[in-house]
Amino acid sequence: MTAKRFPVEAGQILLFARAIGDPNPIYRDEEYARGTELGGVIAPPTFTQAAAHFDPDFPLRPEPGRPWFGSGREDAGGRGPGSEGGGIGLYAEHHFEYHRPLRPGDVLSGEDRRGRSWEKVGRRGGKLRFQEYVTDYRDAAGELVITSTVVGVTTEKPVGEA
Amino acid sequence: MALRASRLRVGETFEKVVVDDLKRSQIVMYAGASGDFHPVHSDERFARATGLPGVFAHGMLTMGMTGRALTDFVGDGRLGSYRARFVAQVWPGDTLTARVTVSAIREEGGVPWADLALRTVNQNGEEVLSGSATARLDP
Repeated sequence: MTAKRFPVEAGQILLFARAIGDPNPIYRDEEYARGTELGGVIAPPTFTQAAAHFDPDFPLRPEPGRPWFGSGREDAGGRGPGSEGGGIGLYAEHHFEYHRPLRPGDVLSGEDRRGRSWEKVGRRGGKLRFQEYVTDYRDAAGELVITSTVVGVTTEKPVGEA
Repeated sequence: MALRASRLRVGETFEKVVVDDLKRSQIVMYAGASGDFHPVHSDERFARATGLPGVFAHGMLTMGMTGRALTDFVGDGRLGSYRARFVAQVWPGDTLTARVTVSAIREEGGVPWADLALRTVNQNGEEVLSGSATARLDP
């Protein structure tokens, strides 16, 4: 997921906090937040997921003029991006490293890189390949704010099961 | 309110029901807020066509909800890291309870930190998420 410019906005933080069912006023009430040690509203710990909205090519969003794999006039076939082997496979883990709280008004830029990769033998003898997909989110000053890492796992069928 | 290292004990736990009877509408809210509109989370016909009984929650919704228990315990803006492993799918109707356990209290450059273990289970006691976090403490 690449969002070259991800403006962090108060309204988006409010919507995100509602969606995860967190009524904490630190995510929406500026007056309350001013009286805390943080001195203002911050974003919830997993908020950078919303960067998908600012990735112009994010494949998991319907766009006019682009084929969409969900149902409409016709039932969907149950396939989507990733099912052709181009995706991350199974979404196994997510890791966040926090360097400072994220606040409305921050403008982040995300930079993607490959992290570590390793292999394990699965329970049924197939090979499991793990790959880290890391995004470093920096603020306008170039300082690192959040590092977000997806661990994807793809499976390889054991010999004879192809 | 942040936690105080002098009052915290290894093994201490904090537990919170982070969703009671998860509604499909909340999954739709998360799709809208996060921007992840994969139909497997909001399109019942699509989900059934993939062989699933129906839509299921984004793993990151479970991580977001578990994060609420975490920040309710350690205070706001205190996390150094937060890691989650998605163990099992979360379905509409599920009730999730997140448990945070203090696994260590340590100092780093004169600043006290807590290491935390996370475990979120459904109404049948089945683990859906396991993870860990670090949080900065007050002395």
